[in-house]
Amino acid sequence: MPNPIIVAKDIVKEFQLPGGWLSRKKHSIRAVDQVSFDVSRGEVFGLVGESGCGKSTLGLMLLRLLDITSGSLFFNSIDLTRLTSAELRQLRRQMQIVFQNPNSSLSPRLKVLDIVAEPLRTHHIAPEKQMREQVLLLLDQVGLGKQHLDRFPHEMSGGQYQRVAIARALALNPSLIVLDEPTSALDVSVQAQIINLLVDLQQKLNLTFIFISHDLNVVQHISDRIGVMYLGKLVEIGKSEEVFMQPLHPYTKALLASIPQPKIGKDKELKTLKGQIPSVANPPSGCRFHTRCPSVISKCKLSEPELIAVSIDRFVACHLVVE
Amino acid sequence: MRDPILRIEDLHIEFRTSRGVIHALQGVTFDVMPGEIFGVVGETGCGKTITGLSVLRLLPRSARITQGNIRFEGVDLLKISQREMRSIRGGKISIIFQDPSTSMNPLFTIGFQMNKVIREHLKFSREKARERALTMLAATGLPDVERIYDSYPHQLSGGMLQRAMIALALSCEHSLLIADEPTTALDVTIQSQILQLMRELQQKLGVAMILITHNLGVVANMCDRLVVLYAGRVVEIGESRSIFENPQHPYTRGLMSAIPAPGSRGNRLSAIPGNVPIDPGALKGCVFAPRCAFVMPRCLKESPVMFHLSKDHASTCFLAERGDLF
Ligand SMILES: Nc1ncnc2c1ncn2[C@@H]1O[C@H](COP(=O)(O)OP(=O)(O)OP(=O)(O)O)[C@@H](O)[C@H]1O
Ligand SMILES: Nc1ncnc2c1ncn2[C@@H]1O[C@H](COP(=O)(O)OP(=O)(O)OP(=O)(O)O)[C@@H](O)[C@H]1O
Ligand code: SF4
Ligand SMILES: [Mg+2]
Ligand SMILES: [Mg+2]
Repeated sequence: MPNPIIVAKDIVKEFQLPGGWLSRKKHSIRAVDQVSFDVSRGEVFGLVGESGCGKSTLGLMLLRLLDITSGSLFFNSIDLTRLTSAELRQLRRQMQIVFQNPNSSLSPRLKVLDIVAEPLRTHHIAPEKQMREQVLLLLDQVGLGKQHLDRFPHEMSGGQYQRVAIARALALNPSLIVLDEPTSALDVSVQAQIINLLVDLQQKLNLTFIFISHDLNVVQHISDRIGVMYLGKLVEIGKSEEVFMQPLHPYTKALLASIPQPKIGKDKELKTLKGQIPSVANPPSGCRFHTRCPSVISKCKLSEPELIAVSIDRFVACHLVVE
Repeated sequence: MRDPILRIEDLHIEFRTSRGVIHALQGVTFDVMPGEIFGVVGETGCGKTITGLSVLRLLPRSARITQGNIRFEGVDLLKISQREMRSIRGGKISIIFQDPSTSMNPLFTIGFQMNKVIREHLKFSREKARERALTMLAATGLPDVERIYDSYPHQLSGGMLQRAMIALALSCEHSLLIADEPTTALDVTIQSQILQLMRELQQKLGVAMILITHNLGVVANMCDRLVVLYAGRVVEIGESRSIFENPQHPYTRGLMSAIPAPGSRGNRLSAIPGNVPIDPGALKGCVFAPRCAFVMPRCLKESPVMFHLSKDHASTCFLAERGDLF
């Protein structure tokens, strides 16, 4: 991989759950289980999968906003698992995150000016005299202007507020931004505005994006490559177009077939999977997808398929594909 | 032609708020035919939910219907007594909400709640009602229905609870089911399971269904006919096929091309500029004019009326009338 900005190897996140009062045994769940992938500089890497599969947990780990239980993680060749907290704080300037709902991630009591200025103040980037000017430059990049500087969050629409969150994420000139469902709370007409904005910024500033979403249409539109997660595991990685046009893993196939496309089709049947989504607390044996997989073979219940390269830039974890 | 099961005519709804009056619906008109799936589509705040609630007379207290009427099986729902309305609500029309926790009481088991509703409306014995409930739960594809019958809502996953809701809504043989974003909170794979199921049950039982959603994909896959609402008005209405193949309102067109489609990478999405107005009642002319790419001077002064392009396709846009929107 040319110039990787992120190299993750076998990273694991375990959460301890409080046991029942009768059981002395602690249980834990593996929200992210031995995930390995690289992202190169200037790339948009999409992460998709159903609710609870570990997308946000993985995103937070990449920024070390969550500790990593095991495995190794390099950012620009620096081992993030071995940094002191002071070193980490310095490095964080280069990595930012934007959430689905700015209402819960940004302070509702601050004006737009102060929301965007906060990182500049914390890191002493701009003197107070120039703050308005600096913030205006940032707002301008996201299509907002002077008239928004003194507004409070509740005086803005969802789309405008998400622009503020993006401006704030850009304030420290980061090289990596994790976008966790940045358009999921928006209407489609506004979602398209924000996606266009993100694409423009990414190209202009040569940013690296980790783009998390459960909306596959959106992910394929913006990503160079995507990783498909199922119950804490990456089950397929590949170029966006290839994964969409020719999914290899049965789960990816099912996911794609389940999206209702806004077109009147010849047959109106949606392809459906059977069965419930199993719990990460108690994942199925063997391949975690075997309880819902339409192509399951006996081997799938017994042994867990590894993520294996099927071509230079395509990885799949499925016994059938590898065979 | 058959009579519609539901006819909403020129419905106006206002909200009185501390910031003044909000004209939330301004003349919504549509028919739902017996046994069809009718879609109500539009973005946040366009009035989908209050349209559904008004049919059941369940609007919030701050809302007022200022004009229009709603006829269900020939009866004017806005004129009948509370008691008559209650019996229609239980026996003829039922509603499924996006969030099942608003319809299921967390303090009682699923079975207890289903049993009560079925006994009240079908006048079944406790034992027969239980049988009926189990049959309906099984029909939704839930495994292990006896366990589910005895479970409390919090013991089920979101998808399971949503199925239980559907089982409950369909167990009383209503003639109209209003489903307000029934799958929006669910994952796509579960969503497609549930949509499939709703369609199967709907066909088997022959009920008419109003499917409220902001997801055009869901509508394309499910609905025979649909109405597109924008800022409390009908902008386009008709047969799904006709609307998807040949949208005749700039808003509908904008919505369709704003959704990224497979293979759209590298192209810019055609976003609709601006935002939905807060009080559409304050606007003169066409409600969509401030965001419309085709806006003409006339659109800012006059409000376009419904123009019928064919027997079952109409649009509220001057361009559709002129035939200039290919
Ligand atoms: N702080 C925590 N403590 C315990 N469990 C957690 C914690 N955070 C997440 N989990 C669990 O880890 C799993 C993965 O959660 P995560 O939020 O990463 O999923 P996700 O893929 O982002 O889902 P969604 O699409 O719903 O946002 C879930 O089962 C969740 O319940
Ligand atoms: N309780 C309320 N008080 C004041 N105004 C309200 C209230 N409920 C709804 N409205 C107004 O009615 C309009 C329509 O609301 P409605 O809930 O029907 O929208 P919707 O189309 O269902 O949106 P969503 O997709 O977000 O569910 C809103 O824009 C709002 O202005
Ligand atoms: S390994 Fe087996 S169960 Fe898992 S996805 Fe492949 S075929 Fe299906
Ligand atoms: Mg998440
Ligand atoms: Mg609603």
